[in-house]
Amino acid sequence: MVLDSKHIERLLEKYDNGETTLKEEQQLRDYFAQDTIETHLEPYKPMFQYFANTKQETFTKDVPLKTKKRSYIYQWISVAAVIVIMFGVFMQFNNPSPKTIDGLSEEEQLAYNQAKEALNLLSTKFNQGTSNASVLGIVGTQFDKGAEKVEYVSEFSKTTNKILKKPNKENKNK
Amino acid sequence: MTQADFVNIVMPFKDKVFRLAKRLLVSKEEAEDATQEILLKLWNNQEKIEDYKNVEAFSMTMTKNFCLDRLKSKQAQNLKIVHSNYQDNNTSLQKQVELNDSVDWVSKIIEALPEQQKIILQLRDIEQYEFEEIAEMLEMNQTAIRVALSRARKTIREQLTNTHKYGIR
Repeated sequence: MVLDSKHIERLLEKYDNGETTLKEEQQLRDYFAQDTIETHLEPYKPMFQYFANTKQETFTKDVPLKTKKRSYIYQWISVAAVIVIMFGVFMQFNNPSPKTIDGLSEEEQLAYNQAKEALNLLSTKFNQGTSNASVLGIVGTQFDKGAEKVEYVSEFSKTTNKILKKPNKENKNK
Repeated sequence: MTQADFVNIVMPFKDKVFRLAKRLLVSKEEAEDATQEILLKLWNNQEKIEDYKNVEAFSMTMTKNFCLDRLKSKQAQNLKIVHSNYQDNNTSLQKQVELNDSVDWVSKIIEALPEQQKIILQLRDIEQYEFEEIAEMLEMNQTAIRVALSRARKTIREQLTNTHKYGIR
């Protein structure tokens, strides 16, 4: 398709003003891709040729894409942990209700009763011991009271001394 | 998402990412590194990819931001600007050679443009995106894009006509 140069000139003016559509720009590119073009339009040729050349350039370097395998492992570990916890909680709640003495075998009941008696014995003896200890406490308080009384006595003797001394002094002065 | 799925999504625009990176970073190696990094970022955020309506537009935005950051960062001070196909500007008689020279010249002119214009020119004239798409990628309004594009095109045209005139005679 040969476009007349008038049309191209009009397009170029629009092009310079940034008003061309992509279609019109394609027309321009096609025109300047030809071998023979009007001489006065020659200056534009390298520009369009440059655009065309540049578009051929490609990115050839490889990009090492690493899959995130590690993070998957961590995900599975967390899943496993959750399962373990859930299992534990499940077992806790699923346990049969706490055992009563009736549920035990005879031997176990016997052992339980023996242990209970022994412990009872121990506790009665222990209570006796504490009552004896309380007697000691009473003794202690009585002793304190006695000590207080002794103090009164000593206080009394001090005042009597004072009274006894004074008449002595008066006698001397006379 | 498997690797194959990811590659299928990324395939259509990975070259575009690379070319935009190269437009901004100039050196091919830098652009390759940037592209690699961006694809890896996409891969690492693959769960999110499905949430984005337009992965391609999102990737282009990411590329733009990444490259601009790169340019600003300290690393950019060590960034080499490599003209991979630099040629001495001898006046050659053969027309084909001369044309190649001026094609190189175009790339140099574009290199000198402000970054914003570079990006827009790249997205429009090379990748041929609609203005709507470019507006989405750059978060700009369409009028501003047209203005920047027009400026870029005029700059290139003017500089080309100048060298064309002097180049022949």
